[in-house]
Amino acid sequence: MQYLDNYLQSKGGYDYKNVKRNELMKAQGFKEMPFTKTGTTIVGVLFDGGVVMAADTRATAGSIVADKNCEKLHVLAPNVWAAGAGTAADLHHQCAHFNAKLKLQRLNLNRQSRVNEVITKLTSKLFPYRGNIGVALIIGGIDCNGPQLASVSPHGNYVYHPFQSMGSGSLAALGILEAKFQDGLTKQQAIDLAIEAIEAGIFHDMGSGSNVDVVAITKDGADYKRNVRQYNAKSYQRQIPYDFPINNTPALRKYQFDIEKQELTEVGQEMEIIE
Amino acid sequence: MYIPMNEMLKHFKQDVPTMANITHKSEQWSPYHDNSGTVLAVGIPGAVIVAGDTRLSNGYNIMSRDATKLSQLTDKCVLATAGQYADFIALRKFLQQRLQLYEFQNEVQASTETVAHLLSRELYSRRFFPYYTFNLLAGLDENNHGFVYGYDAIGSYDKMTYGVQGSGQELVVAVLDNQLKGYNKINKTIPQTREEILDIILDCFSCAAERDIHTGDNVEILIITSAGTERLIKPLRKD
Repeated sequence: MQYLDNYLQSKGGYDYKNVKRNELMKAQGFKEMPFTKTGTTIVGVLFDGGVVMAADTRATAGSIVADKNCEKLHVLAPNVWAAGAGTAADLHHQCAHFNAKLKLQRLNLNRQSRVNEVITKLTSKLFPYRGNIGVALIIGGIDCNGPQLASVSPHGNYVYHPFQSMGSGSLAALGILEAKFQDGLTKQQAIDLAIEAIEAGIFHDMGSGSNVDVVAITKDGADYKRNVRQYNAKSYQRQIPYDFPINNTPALRKYQFDIEKQELTEVGQEMEIIE
Repeated sequence: MYIPMNEMLKHFKQDVPTMANITHKSEQWSPYHDNSGTVLAVGIPGAVIVAGDTRLSNGYNIMSRDATKLSQLTDKCVLATAGQYADFIALRKFLQQRLQLYEFQNEVQASTETVAHLLSRELYSRRFFPYYTFNLLAGLDENNHGFVYGYDAIGSYDKMTYGVQGSGQELVVAVLDNQLKGYNKINKTIPQTREEILDIILDCFSCAAERDIHTGDNVEILIITSAGTERLIKPLRKD
């Protein structure tokens, strides 16, 4: 059957066999499964000699905070980093996949990875899935063509721009970036601007929160600062500590396992829940 | 990857071809908006403590960091509401006016039990277009013992010693069950003093603010006793 695969591949164009499969499943009554998104604020800022990327650290599942301090800045190559917004599982797996793919390519070619090849690989993968892989990424890096910053949308669209923001807090961050960005920033100015933009997202968007992570990528390498800012400590500490004495929880049933006889027996009588 | 049959079948449904299944469902305008937030109230002999966060939200946006969810209706009782803010304001207006009329006609303020019953009847009067409000009515009864009446959206109510409503309800109520009622404890040591209970309430709000995105900014606390009302404001996470 190898010749058939080769023939189909050489035909070119798009592979629509999943579309037929989806239609069949829908006809049989398949309920489309919803995926969990993470509210996020991520930004990227280009400066003279490199690129700065920053992200908040809150992961939400609906309206509950699932992770108060997660990492949203992923390494794709030593000189190319990605900040991710969207479905957490998709982000993690896609970034890990491309990290490995790029590493293999670097070993084969003995050459540094480039930002535009990362973008091409990503968009080629995302487009056929028509936005169902929920990753909205900001890709930033420095290579032989200089520092570059681009954002990739889940449908496979990409745009190069000196400053970017993505996620539910993107509008809050974009306001700060539009107001304060200029060409020819220094590294420290770019870092401060990125942190300010994330701050706006943290306080004004409820899908983003907790701390700020920053990475500054220059020719000398990537300078990753985890939790460079921590604003919101827990607001109240109990004066009288909680007291959970030992043996104060009622057991409804007690079992005893005899190792030698390999037997499970019930001990005592079944208790009722005490209210 | 092997998926068990019962897991697979959950995603298939045998559907009768009714209009609902055939026509394309569009996003319909809804008259209800959930402005969220958390309120709780605890009653002890001699006092009742009502607390509510002050954040007003709409989706992922914050409309106000300083919006009260508590409303003192009489000297002895306070209404705490989570849900739609517009409906809270309408309900509060109605209750304030009706209780003022009661005071004029009867020359005495309505008792907490009376207010509770009035609120229930008002909520049920809108049975087929409900107030999107999840209320707690907290107050002192005739013996100056604090009680809380918890309501659903259409007026069913019950007298309790403590209650929680709002987006942080699931996060907080289990803690209060364990601490204030001694659920799952053999030797129940239930806090009796105002200070201990205030400590627990502040901790509950601080924890709810950690994990619920709709709770935060400040927590406003009203303590009602026969001597009067005391008001406290404590800060919470602002993100």
